[in-house]
Amino acid sequence: MYIAPLHDSLPDQQVWLCPPADWPQRDEKSQREIDKLAYYECVFIARQDISATQVEELTEAFSKIITDQGGTVVLVENWGLRSLAYRIKKNRKGHYVMLHLDAPSNAIHEMERQMGIAENVLRQLTIKLDKFPEGPSVMMRANTRDDRPRRPFGGDSRPPRQDRPAPKPEEKAAAPVEPAVAETKEGESA
Amino acid sequence: MSESTAPSAAGGGRRPFFRRRKSCPFKGAKAPKIDYKDTRLLQRYTSERGKIVPSRITSVSAKNQRALAKAIKRARFLALIPYVVK
Repeated sequence: MYIAPLHDSLPDQQVWLCPPADWPQRDEKSQREIDKLAYYECVFIARQDISATQVEELTEAFSKIITDQGGTVVLVENWGLRSLAYRIKKNRKGHYVMLHLDAPSNAIHEMERQMGIAENVLRQLTIKLDKFPEGPSVMMRANTRDDRPRRPFGGDSRPPRQDRPAPKPEEKAAAPVEPAVAETKEGESA
Repeated sequence: MSESTAPSAAGGGRRPFFRRRKSCPFKGAKAPKIDYKDTRLLQRYTSERGKIVPSRITSVSAKNQRALAKAIKRARFLALIPYVVK
């Protein structure tokens, strides 16, 4: 049995110099897929011994790799000198820098390669994101937010204290930790 | 869910140490986002030795436990939290 090759059944190939006017417009997401763009978050740790300006130079060098290959650096966040949880190459501290990148994958690969070569970079982690989170990352607002750790289990089940008067309203506004408990206190004192 | 599975027939009543199962701490609109950068959050789900606490103790849902484990491992790699505390 003869199976016709596919081109037998097709009409003569049309050559379009430009897409026709009624061509369906691609949405932004599929256009990004064709351009091979994706959102990435990259964190790298630079050695402790180098200065802050050297860290900036490193960051600029890596940003340049991205921008040269058609990507954009959306955000640069310098977390500063942080102590490492364990020693890496005999370093106890390191400069942390986070980059938000909107770039094609080959730019990311090149940047990762350069980071592997650079002696001042201890470690790097690049992950793909669905979308960039809004606002500064947890590291940047670590000091401003309510850092009190939650009681692990059954935290809300503790009865309200009897030996203290109910908190004043301005105190409550200053530290609205557990409004539910505060309300029960008020209800009892009233 | 575990309320229905509680073996009430065995003791002829409620088990002495039966505790109603808490819901997943990452469920709901105000729940914290699992993020490898949030070391304070991750440390709540690691033991004092630095191990990941099983979800049967923390009552994290299976899906979120997977995300949490991944976040903890990323944070460990970046030396934000330790692999092991001696």
